Amino acid sequence: MTDAATRSDCPPRRLPSHLPSHPPRHLPPRAGLGLKPEHYGHVLEHRPDIGFFEVHAENYMGAGGPPHRYLEAVAKLYPLSLHGVGLSIGAARPLDKAHLSRLRTLVERYKPQSFSEHLAWSTHDTGFLNDLLPLPYTDETLARVIDHVDEAQQAIGQRLLLENPSTYVLFADSTIDEIDFLEEIAARTGCGLLLDVNNVMVSSVNHRLDPRTYIDRFPVERVGEIHLAGYDETVDGAGDRLLIDAHGSPVKTDVMALYEHALARTGPVPTLIEWDNDVPDFATLQAEAVRADALIVREAARRNRQTRAA
Amino acid sequence: MSLAASQEDFAQALLHAERPLPAGITTARGQPDAARFAVYRNNVYVGLTKALAQRFPVTERLVGAAFFTAMARLYAQDNKPASPRIIDYGDDFPAFIAAFEPAAELAYLADVARLEAAWTRAYHAADAALPDLSAVAAMAPDALPNLRLAAHPSAALIRSPHPVGSIWGAHQSATVPPMEAWDAETVLVVRPDMDVNVHIVPAQDGIFAQALFGGAPLGEAAEAAFAHEPAFDFGAALVGLHALGAFAGIHQGDVP
Amino acid sequence: MNRSTLALALAGSLATALASTAFAAPLAPEKMAGNEKCYGVSLKGQNDCAAGAGTTCAGTSTTDYQGDAWKAVPKGTCVTMKGGTHTGSLTPIKS
Repeated sequence: MTDAATRSDCPPRRLPSHLPSHPPRHLPPRAGLGLKPEHYGHVLEHRPDIGFFEVHAENYMGAGGPPHRYLEAVAKLYPLSLHGVGLSIGAARPLDKAHLSRLRTLVERYKPQSFSEHLAWSTHDTGFLNDLLPLPYTDETLARVIDHVDEAQQAIGQRLLLENPSTYVLFADSTIDEIDFLEEIAARTGCGLLLDVNNVMVSSVNHRLDPRTYIDRFPVERVGEIHLAGYDETVDGAGDRLLIDAHGSPVKTDVMALYEHALARTGPVPTLIEWDNDVPDFATLQAEAVRADALIVREAARRNRQTRAA
Repeated sequence: MSLAASQEDFAQALLHAERPLPAGITTARGQPDAARFAVYRNNVYVGLTKALAQRFPVTERLVGAAFFTAMARLYAQDNKPASPRIIDYGDDFPAFIAAFEPAAELAYLADVARLEAAWTRAYHAADAALPDLSAVAAMAPDALPNLRLAAHPSAALIRSPHPVGSIWGAHQSATVPPMEAWDAETVLVVRPDMDVNVHIVPAQDGIFAQALFGGAPLGEAAEAAFAHEPAFDFGAALVGLHALGAFAGIHQGDVP
Repeated sequence: MNRSTLALALAGSLATALASTAFAAPLAPEKMAGNEKCYGVSLKGQNDCAAGAGTTCAGTSTTDYQGDAWKAVPKGTCVTMKGGTHTGSLTPIKS
């Protein structure tokens, strides 16, 4: 362990074996994992040293049963991030009031240290479209998203982190750059941003942009959480690389390098490993968290050396 | 085009593979690309058919993955989730299977799917304490026929002319053992506490259980059972169903 | 059966059942597994990984395939009877 990492203003390398019974108000600057039903028992029995757990809000919108009982137990032991996938903030249509009310109920019940949602849409007359669909970045969509973020924050009574999307197509109508779009929403609503580094890689490769430039331009002071995940790779109709945000494999090497680049700007930030498809055993997930934790600790140490040198 | 119009256009192209690409989408090359747009369609439909496979694993084994995927894809074409609560998705899938002609040969398939749909509903249902039946025994006999029992919020009864419980049970292991018999079965799916349980109700008690779950008072339910099976044992049936956790409340008059 | 006869019959039957079984109160979960001797048949399911489908915010590289299901035939497990008798029209389907 380096000297810097033992200083009190650094993230602890290891939590005490007995976790505090009242988790802090904020997510810690450590690696977290998605809590999956197949790992409920393991987590409660072994209490692994994980910075926080994240769940999809919609999976806890049943009336009762094991999901709530397990989540209650886990939320007593670990900081909790509630991640919504169905609010459809980018839709032209109004937000679903019933869904907002279900979100509020969850936030009141579990008092999560963070609540986040996506810059995307998914609602339609025929029903919920079960994907994070893209939107053009224009003055009209900007105004709509700002209204929706305002409404959501009012309804749930908590600041929201808005996540940058993975996209596979562009819109000819777009007149605003994605980062400027996100920054303007944050400035006008007070919401924070969730920087999904895998999404940055996916969208940058898909649209022939430089992912490092994206990170360099991102308003890091608004970032409350980072997401990492594994992508799949294919080609489009013209044979160009096409990355897909698949969440079914370890974080790829280039995304880890981009994450390190991002950390140098954001400083130590709560970082979630997302693995939603073909969920592996807990040890495999934990190994991913250890990789991210190591980079967070290194960045904290680097900052401390800089502070002391100054 | 307004955002509302452009999203409607996007959704129509997404939902119907034969439609042209939505207006206004492009790539860094400056031309639209069907393979890229198809990623969104894949995400929606592969996601929904996978969700059905997760909820209906025995149904999938009974027909094989290829048939199941084709059947689920047809269901998903006309049935999108009513809300972002994917945990509810497929509540109507058993009814779709019942009317799905290519699966008609497997007459029991829809009932197995009903059992599986009930399983997930039970898992996510409201929790409720189980009442104490000894209070009923202490009542004056005259009060008994008018009592109604509220079904436990997690409980569902599947009455099938096929051995639906035995078929489901046989598919809980990697190798499917042969069936002992081929009889009609009444299955109770219920989660009295943390675990969802599946029980085959004794054959002579099926009508009684169905009547109680339908809201009939004890006397009426017992008479319906006696009419069908004179050897029906009221006490054993009531105590037995109650012991499995089928009920959440005992009421004089209507269940509130 | 008239009403008071029915009431008495039910009360008697219930008293007998409660006296002869040990579970006026619901069964504890750990007793449920061996319960087939008591009432009906309890089937063993898998509760440890069975929340059903959940949401995902991930995409997939699997291609959506609209198969012609009307031409497809079910090719799953073959439910058989002891003694080798196939049930109903469930003959194994050969490809």
